[in-house]
Amino acid sequence: MKLELRGITKRFGAMTANDNVNLVAEPGQIHCLLGENGAGKSTLMNVLYGLYQADGGDILLDDKVVKFAGPGDAMAAGIGMVHQHFMLIPVFTVAENVILGHEPTKFGGLLDLDAARKQVREISDRFGFEVDPDAIVGDLPVGVQQRVEIIKALMGDAQVLVFDEPTAVLTPQETDELMAIMKQLRSEGKAIVFITHKLREVKEVADKITVIRLGKIVGEASPKSSANELASMMVGRAVDLDVEKSVAKPGKATFKISNLSAWNHAGTKVLDDINLEIHEGEILVIAGVQGNGQTELTEAIIGMHGKTSGSIELDGKELIGKNVKQVLDLGVGFVPEDRTEDGLVAEFTIAENLMLDRSDRKPFAKGISLQLGYLKKFALEKLKQFDIRAQGIDSTASQLSGGNQQKVVLARELSRELRLLVASQPTRGLDVGSIEFVHEQIVATRDSGIPVLIVATELDEATQLGDRIAVMYKGKVIGVVPSSTSRSVLGQMMAGISA
Amino acid sequence: MKRSFKTSIALSVFTLISLWLSVTAPAGTTLFSFNAGKELFAIPDFEIPVAGASWIVFLVLLVVTGFSWWLSIQRKKTPLWLTGIFAFALVQQVLVVLFVGQMFPVTTTLQGSLALAVPLIFGALAGVLSERVGVVNIAIEGQLLAGAFASALITSITHSLTLGLIAAAISGALVAGILAIFSIKYVVDQIIVGVVVNVLVIGLTSFFYSTVMARDLIALNQPERFDQINIPLLSQIPIIGPLLFSQTLIVYLMYAAVAVVYIALFKTRWGLRLRAVGEYPKAADTVGIKVYRTRYISVMLGGALAGLGGAFFTLGAVGSFSKEMTSGAGYIALAALIFGRWNPLLATLAALMFGFAQNLQSVLSIIGSDVPSQFLLMLPYALTIVAVAGLVGKVTGPAATGKPYIKS
Amino acid sequence: MNKVLKNNVVKQILNPSSLVTLLAILAAFLIGGLLIAFANENVQTTAGYLFARPGDFFLAVWNSVFGAYDALFRGSIFNYKAIDSVGMIKPLTETLAYATPITLAGLGMAVAFRSGLFNIGGTGQIIFGAMGAAWVGFSFDLPAIIHLPFAVFAGVLAAALFGGFVGFLKAATGANEVIVTIMLNYIAGLLLFYVLTTPLFQAPGATNPISPEIVASAKYWRFMGDSFRINASFFVMLAMVAAVWWLLNRSSVGFQFRALGHNPSASKVAGINIGLNYVLVMAVSGALAGLAGTSQVLGAEKFLTPSVAASFGFDAITVALLGRSKPLGVLAAGILFGALRAGAVIMQANQKVPIDIVLIVQSLVVLFIAAPPLVRFMFGMSRAAKKAVTA
Repeated sequence: MKLELRGITKRFGAMTANDNVNLVAEPGQIHCLLGENGAGKSTLMNVLYGLYQADGGDILLDDKVVKFAGPGDAMAAGIGMVHQHFMLIPVFTVAENVILGHEPTKFGGLLDLDAARKQVREISDRFGFEVDPDAIVGDLPVGVQQRVEIIKALMGDAQVLVFDEPTAVLTPQETDELMAIMKQLRSEGKAIVFITHKLREVKEVADKITVIRLGKIVGEASPKSSANELASMMVGRAVDLDVEKSVAKPGKATFKISNLSAWNHAGTKVLDDINLEIHEGEILVIAGVQGNGQTELTEAIIGMHGKTSGSIELDGKELIGKNVKQVLDLGVGFVPEDRTEDGLVAEFTIAENLMLDRSDRKPFAKGISLQLGYLKKFALEKLKQFDIRAQGIDSTASQLSGGNQQKVVLARELSRELRLLVASQPTRGLDVGSIEFVHEQIVATRDSGIPVLIVATELDEATQLGDRIAVMYKGKVIGVVPSSTSRSVLGQMMAGISA
Repeated sequence: MKRSFKTSIALSVFTLISLWLSVTAPAGTTLFSFNAGKELFAIPDFEIPVAGASWIVFLVLLVVTGFSWWLSIQRKKTPLWLTGIFAFALVQQVLVVLFVGQMFPVTTTLQGSLALAVPLIFGALAGVLSERVGVVNIAIEGQLLAGAFASALITSITHSLTLGLIAAAISGALVAGILAIFSIKYVVDQIIVGVVVNVLVIGLTSFFYSTVMARDLIALNQPERFDQINIPLLSQIPIIGPLLFSQTLIVYLMYAAVAVVYIALFKTRWGLRLRAVGEYPKAADTVGIKVYRTRYISVMLGGALAGLGGAFFTLGAVGSFSKEMTSGAGYIALAALIFGRWNPLLATLAALMFGFAQNLQSVLSIIGSDVPSQFLLMLPYALTIVAVAGLVGKVTGPAATGKPYIKS
Repeated sequence: MNKVLKNNVVKQILNPSSLVTLLAILAAFLIGGLLIAFANENVQTTAGYLFARPGDFFLAVWNSVFGAYDALFRGSIFNYKAIDSVGMIKPLTETLAYATPITLAGLGMAVAFRSGLFNIGGTGQIIFGAMGAAWVGFSFDLPAIIHLPFAVFAGVLAAALFGGFVGFLKAATGANEVIVTIMLNYIAGLLLFYVLTTPLFQAPGATNPISPEIVASAKYWRFMGDSFRINASFFVMLAMVAAVWWLLNRSSVGFQFRALGHNPSASKVAGINIGLNYVLVMAVSGALAGLAGTSQVLGAEKFLTPSVAASFGFDAITVALLGRSKPLGVLAAGILFGALRAGAVIMQANQKVPIDIVLIVQSLVVLFIAAPPLVRFMFGMSRAAKKAVTA
């Protein structure tokens, strides 16, 4: 079935998320929709899937205009979607998840779970998925959950399949497997729309590429174009994908992690005997697929993880057993991976956010009395120093763009007497300009002689920002290698194969 | 599994209480009587020596507690049925001690407990339907009260019990409708709405009781009551006969409601969709399930059930309406819902247990026991706190309960 | 309970719109008026021959509603029909006397709401405050300069501990404070009833559950004379309005409370001790509710009885919501609902309109202010309403 989007326009208030977008996906082809975060890719697909109603334009299937009032209509018309955030109910079984919305029944209303199991097995066997229909989805690894999501998308005999940023949570190996699945689907004659911002994947599977920027289609590209050409189209200007930095001049190793292990609430070991050292004036990047213990590692460092054993030493002082406040007081700067959730209080002003970590002490407070005069002076200074674009220090954090929000977090974290900087995915979801700014600040921190630990999930960022790279897999450090290590070696390490 | 000793510690505390009861057990015996009068054959009364029985119970509790510690050390959970045995045994001990030198009328006490539990069960089912679909239902109290008022008024006027029941269901559904509209359409915090709706219903029913009903109590507040229906043969089985099968229509409706809600929730397409909406509304939306409609229907169906529970106060038990006559039953139903982990069957069991505690208090005051009755009345509330504090296993509701779903 | 919900609550509470607030109050009074008319006997009689003599019907409606709201006014603000000046000003002092515990407890709820905690336990905390204060108040005989502060302190401490316990449970086990506080309200009520039947609290020789009279030295000063219920706790209340304002807006403790209220996880990452703050918030919240309890038992009443908390627990929640959880707003809302309480007494006595109408008006006000689109819809501003719903 051929899919065509013709002149789709979608506005949210004053913002135009999709502006007259055209796109054609042919059966038996993989059509890539390439664009930066926030370029409007997901909005477009939500319009296609009936989740949003377009303000203008048409959706055509096999050259006939169709109208979708909701996802049910889209599914019935033969469109299947593999969502970026899985639309699976963790407490349901695989079979229950897969049949949701078009459940087979018997005796007029009772669920026919046997029929559901059969359907799951059928699709599962066709692609060699090995998914147990009776497993509880929440217990399955992420890669398997995605297969459930794919089975679900295929259930209604879908002819058009949309994959929305499907590789963000996968290992390089799982990514390869997914690519193989997409190719198999293509050979079955499905029309596939593959949404991504990862150039490498585009070049591997795409038959056609459409680039979208700021809600507009900027053009088509051939899979043979170079990565730099594609990146320039995506960003709108010539991009230098490299981070400018001098060669590191490491000093003493002032930050040491020895035999660190940690357990989660369910008692599963999430960190397994971690040993790491970072020198003054050096950036160590923790690379790996999301969910392999990176979050737990940063939590353990700043004192937020419950059950840990082993040792984390900064300047010879033990961090384990200290609470977050005590750790921050020892000079640890922390940039959390989710800045709106963990970094900022959205309803607070910039000024208030800048004192979030030190509101109860001098010079921000005398006794318990806040020193608002000092705060104002401090905030104005930081606004200038970090080039935070805002109406003023009384703008709330929620009014800022992602890049400016991240600058507020950096301004706060870098304004303490730092002895260590920990930043988790500091450029996630940012535009290219902000990414450069954040990278500059991190390199400058390193150059001032401070050990820096960065968590990165994208290999490009890891190799460019890091002086050394530690790869984590299933809570273990698989190895620590120089940043010049080849992608294929790093990819293997990310899949758990030691270098 | 992480080792968790919460349950074991809680059991140990209760075992110590049992030890204390055993050590201080008074001399004498307690008579357990099982007969209500109409059975096919009589079960002989049991005379139980207090001290001996106490020590036996203590030993049972000790074994269970020890086993629980062993399980905890093995990183295993203490199964629910084991905690159930523990609780049952402890209750036996307490009864034996409380009724020393007296007769404990098993069957009639249980009958009274069931009567107190009926509105709680209806209320808890209302809570299940509402919270399973993602709407916190603090307003059970208001739904019960509205049902009680409407059924008394309508049956008094029309002299039709059926119409009274229908009116109760409709008014309960309407109160639930207010909860639903404010929490779904206007996205007001569901706890605020629940608390406020309860007071609104108290205000409305009391206001109309004082102004309209009180003017002519005979015409407007003297409804007929449901007759007891004895089911042939079944009603003559000792203990369970008089307890379960010599009841009014509302009680039989309650049995049906428990079964229907359970089956509908876990075995039907409707229930699967309902639970999907309560766990992850966006996922349900993406497969074409109408999230808002599902929520409205489920919350209001629950309200109708709670309305029937309210009718039990007026048409089943008391025989007339009085101001604030539900006196917190809705909150006990909420407690039963939480204690029963949002499961209709477990919530029913919890409601029965709470009904038993309430009734025991009145039985004790009849025999003139000097045990302060307030502490027995506190039991449902205290147990619920123990439950939400996670001392008896993990208690978590449906993931999306309390969260409004906002379609972008 | 989760962060999304909390933020939602805090946002709804803080969302300012004085027009909507006014219209919400107006709408609630209009509906209250309709109910009063509907329940009025004359209205019902004249409705019987509505088409024959419609004038009678509308006159009856007007008389019932005007009569009721006139009585409400005379009972709460100024009684122009009173025979002497004391009678004229007494209503206003009654309003302020009612407003005192309502506002104090309301401030307590406001502190909790601003910190993202849902304290439904005002009733229980008021009971504990009253129990603590009453016991010290009738058990000792001390100079007033020591006795009153001692009694107040005892009440506040008892309530702070009772409230703090909820915070502790939440911090230690994650127990949902809504459920816990609801259950504790009932436990506190039963406990109060129980202690009032023990020698420790029951007045010697009494057969009903009532405490001995509070010793004079522990009573709040009735500065307008003993025939007025208004007393020195009114000034304590005003001082607390200022104190809570300072706490929330000018102190680092309040800053942390608010940070917690808006975003607990970001607060945690910034080194704010969440568990400790849960305990602190609930202790402060409980202490303020406890102060309301002391105001009742050492001021307005002279004995501890099972009904000491009356409906103040619910009133406190409504004034906190109506006042947007801001201290001055809570004060204004407290005076409004105090006036309703005071006026309703006269309304019931003179016009036979049951006091329950207060509960109806109060709950409608809160429902309406929480749903601005509904208010706009009711007053015909439906286009704006539609926009707000779909936005």
